[in-house]
Amino acid sequence: MKDFIIPDDRDMGTPAKTGAPVSLSIDGFDVTVPEGTSVMRAAAEAGLEIPKLCASDNMEAFGSCRLCVVEIEGRRGTPASCTTPVAEGMVVRTQSGKVKKIRRGVMELYISDHPLDCLTCSANGDCELQDMAGMVGLRDVRYSAPEGGGLANHFEARDSSGEANPEWAPKDESNPYFTFDPSKCIVCSRCVRACEEVQGTFALTIEGRGFDSRVSAGASLDDFMSSDCVSCGACVQACPTATLQEKSVIELGTPERSVVTTCAYCGVGCAFKAELNGDELVRMVPYKHGKANRGHSCVKGRFAYGYAAHKDRILSPMIRDHVDEPWREVGWDEALSFAARKMRGLQETYGRRSIGVITSSRCTNEETYLVQKLARQVFANNNTDTCARVCHSPTGYGLGQTLGTSAGTQDFDSVEHTDVAVVIGANPTDAHPVFASRLKKRLREGAKVIVIDPRRIDLVKSAHVEAAHHLPLKPGTNVAVVTAMAHTIVTEGLMDEAFIRERCDWDEFMEYAEFVSDPRHSPEATEMLTGVPAADLRAAARLFATGGNGAIYYGLGVTEHSQGSTTVIGIANLAMMTGNVGRPGVGVNPLRGQNNVQGSCDMGSFPHELPGYRHVKNPDVREVYEDLWGVKIDDEPGLRIPNMLDAAVDGSFKGLYCQGEDILQSDPDTKHVAAGLAAMECVIVHDLFLNETANYAHVFLPGSTFLEKDGTFTNAERRINRVRKVMAPRSGYADWEVTQLLANAMGGEWAYQHPSEIMDEIAATTPSFSGVSYDLLEEKGSVQWPCNEAHPDGTPLMHVDGFVRGKGRFIVTEYVATEEKTGPRYPLLLTTGRILSQYNVGAQTRRTDNVIWHDEDVLEIHPHDAEVRGVKEGDWVKLASRIGDTSLRAKVTDRVSPGVVYTTFHHPDTQANVITSDFSDWATNCPEYKVTAVQVSPSNGPTDWQEDYAAQAARARRILPAAQ
Amino acid sequence: MMSPEKMIRMANQIATFFHSQPSEAQADRVADHINDFWEPRMRRQLLDHIAQGGEGLDPLVLDAAQKLRTPV
Repeated sequence: MKDFIIPDDRDMGTPAKTGAPVSLSIDGFDVTVPEGTSVMRAAAEAGLEIPKLCASDNMEAFGSCRLCVVEIEGRRGTPASCTTPVAEGMVVRTQSGKVKKIRRGVMELYISDHPLDCLTCSANGDCELQDMAGMVGLRDVRYSAPEGGGLANHFEARDSSGEANPEWAPKDESNPYFTFDPSKCIVCSRCVRACEEVQGTFALTIEGRGFDSRVSAGASLDDFMSSDCVSCGACVQACPTATLQEKSVIELGTPERSVVTTCAYCGVGCAFKAELNGDELVRMVPYKHGKANRGHSCVKGRFAYGYAAHKDRILSPMIRDHVDEPWREVGWDEALSFAARKMRGLQETYGRRSIGVITSSRCTNEETYLVQKLARQVFANNNTDTCARVCHSPTGYGLGQTLGTSAGTQDFDSVEHTDVAVVIGANPTDAHPVFASRLKKRLREGAKVIVIDPRRIDLVKSAHVEAAHHLPLKPGTNVAVVTAMAHTIVTEGLMDEAFIRERCDWDEFMEYAEFVSDPRHSPEATEMLTGVPAADLRAAARLFATGGNGAIYYGLGVTEHSQGSTTVIGIANLAMMTGNVGRPGVGVNPLRGQNNVQGSCDMGSFPHELPGYRHVKNPDVREVYEDLWGVKIDDEPGLRIPNMLDAAVDGSFKGLYCQGEDILQSDPDTKHVAAGLAAMECVIVHDLFLNETANYAHVFLPGSTFLEKDGTFTNAERRINRVRKVMAPRSGYADWEVTQLLANAMGGEWAYQHPSEIMDEIAATTPSFSGVSYDLLEEKGSVQWPCNEAHPDGTPLMHVDGFVRGKGRFIVTEYVATEEKTGPRYPLLLTTGRILSQYNVGAQTRRTDNVIWHDEDVLEIHPHDAEVRGVKEGDWVKLASRIGDTSLRAKVTDRVSPGVVYTTFHHPDTQANVITSDFSDWATNCPEYKVTAVQVSPSNGPTDWQEDYAAQAARARRILPAAQ
Repeated sequence: MMSPEKMIRMANQIATFFHSQPSEAQADRVADHINDFWEPRMRRQLLDHIAQGGEGLDPLVLDAAQKLRTPV
């Protein structure tokens, strides 16, 4: 086993600075560091560690513990090295008799109010207080409570006479993942500062003064659960003692080995250290050298990994002839030959194009590549699609048409240079929390944010964040709003003409300018339609155009509309006309939903494109694969997911291999999806759990978690991150091996020994990946594509010297109202989204303690709409559209505007998608999840449909006891 | 394949977009889009519908018909 060598992981004490070089001497060693660097960090750079307790290099120096004092020639006293910046010619002594004595004295005071239970303490061996006591040579603690004077400490519950100690407070175990033990707290404030500076939630504070100072979550009556805490883990990470400690460490002990890997939740793609004993995972710790997350995490990646060991995991392959039958557990050989025989039989009966695959945006690039290869080489058709169809396919089309590539233009570090961020149809604090923390940090430094969203999301107003403008548009009017912004910029002459003339097609811009200048696109003309006050919209457009570096971040609130692709085009137009492309701090930034949405698209999952976004109609591209795979590649586009389901209902699509996606829960119009699946004769589900789709499956192949395999994920910044196997696959095979076994059962003759060989094939066939290899990833940690001869180190920023397509292209964006309209029967608009603690269909997060935060989907409804319907907080309500109905509980809140209701789709008992329609984006068929006309009425509980669904699901999940 | 209403709606959505474009070759671009993204079964259904008069289709889709690749 070869583990990635973790580079220098030391805590340097204070953050790195950039500035002119400054030279100084520390303990006789010469060291040169950037101006603004602390003496503490300069010493660390020279390899000299100064004792510290309150300093950590992911937050600003605080100077409270006084353990890091030093002597500086020519200066009086003993300054704290963390708060003292370096100066040219400075001579520092870190180990004089005087400072050593001070440190021992400080340490003695700390320890006088700290229990000496190190051997049984959960932080034993992983405690900075312990380390520092050792480092300063503390040998004695002289302080004790005076005779008969009562206890003067925080750590003993009772004194020797049994009297309660009023200073003592019990452990707060309210959070499911970590405990807060005030008796071990040294009040260094690292947790409070981490909550503020790293996470940006401001849930923690220090209450009281002097000896009474205590860390407090929320107000004095709160515990961690009732406070604003979002359980990101930054405080636990920052705590130098056992005060804030993972429950898993308390239970399992401190981990002995660690492997750097990549989170399998959202598209931020945070790097983590998986810390283990043997193959037992003890905790996931954000990796400070991870370039997406820079040492930060959210509740999902940090804590919600328990699903990997959940009892619901299916570990044996299962088959059945009919979905009404119970499952039969069988061996791998039997399951694979059963599947292969069925699939080949379907092709013989119904034709070559009667079967297909769905690749997973949660699986690795290598696994995705193999699944599309299975379709193209072994099935001999292009019937491959991925869940990106239902999220970011309009990004592919819109950015491809305007800029020349579907790629997001920036890296996440770029936000540190942004002056005005526009967030459209995205809710980063819930769906991309670590990016949100980085954005909020920039906002606290003075950058502005414009939020364009029907809901008052947290970025509109929360602790130390207030949007400069919130444009609460009516769902479905994105194009009108974006075009009105362009109208304002063009008619007020705020565009960057020099940039447009140099970088874009000027004639196309002139046509476009004429189009947007038409008064019908003015904010005043569209106000009635969009619900956005014209003055606000104009002010927002002016700020974006003139406020410095402008960056647009957007999510599925942009794409999941019948005009999703048009809005993406409009966003690209805005970026180009203001010159906000091609340098740090700007750009067009799609926030991808799942961990490997980017990668699954890159790997040729779409039915019209081979890997690297090359259309199947191009003979030169087909030839590359025909030569390598020895088969003819179909030159016709294949079926997209909605088309597969239509064809299935119609009887011409009969077999599906679906890896790591749950289309029955995640795709729109549940009844139609169910009808499509029910019409198929062979559905192969390859997953961790018996998901909803598996209710209609004939073959179940057990999947492996991200902990159980090697591979790569590509995040929203095009960063290819390594996923590293930290334990053996519980079912016996990694997912790439299972796909290979299936291919070989159908005559594929594949012989990959390791995912690195799959990446080598990707690199050999895909120009934008030609420089990528596992060796390169070991060396660099990660790399952003394109990575090839022209960009051997990858490409953090796109379109730096020119657009990928040559000249940037402005495209006219005419607003077209969706056909999904409100009326007397369905007067409200439903829009859907995610919540922080849950992820997508919830298959993973519902099987963790994250359910404490969100154990059911609820319907957000405005107080006005609730009142006229007689709906109160917590009532069961029926939510009905022309497609279907379901029941759930109401949450009455003015976060949504009157006329708009909102829910999540994390729970199959609710099945929000039984409501959503089959309307879709004009260019890509991406479903219009974000706009459905609905009615809400009081109800007594689940609807008939929900009860029928639950009964069918229970029947479909029966498993026969294994044959002896 | 698709319900006729759905097919007509999808084709018309594409036509609506290209109507708005200041191109002289709008029908070509509708045809290109459908050729690039519609699987042969879908094009077959569309062509069959056009052969039967193309009721409900945007005239631009009808204009694009000759440029649609016939599925084999």
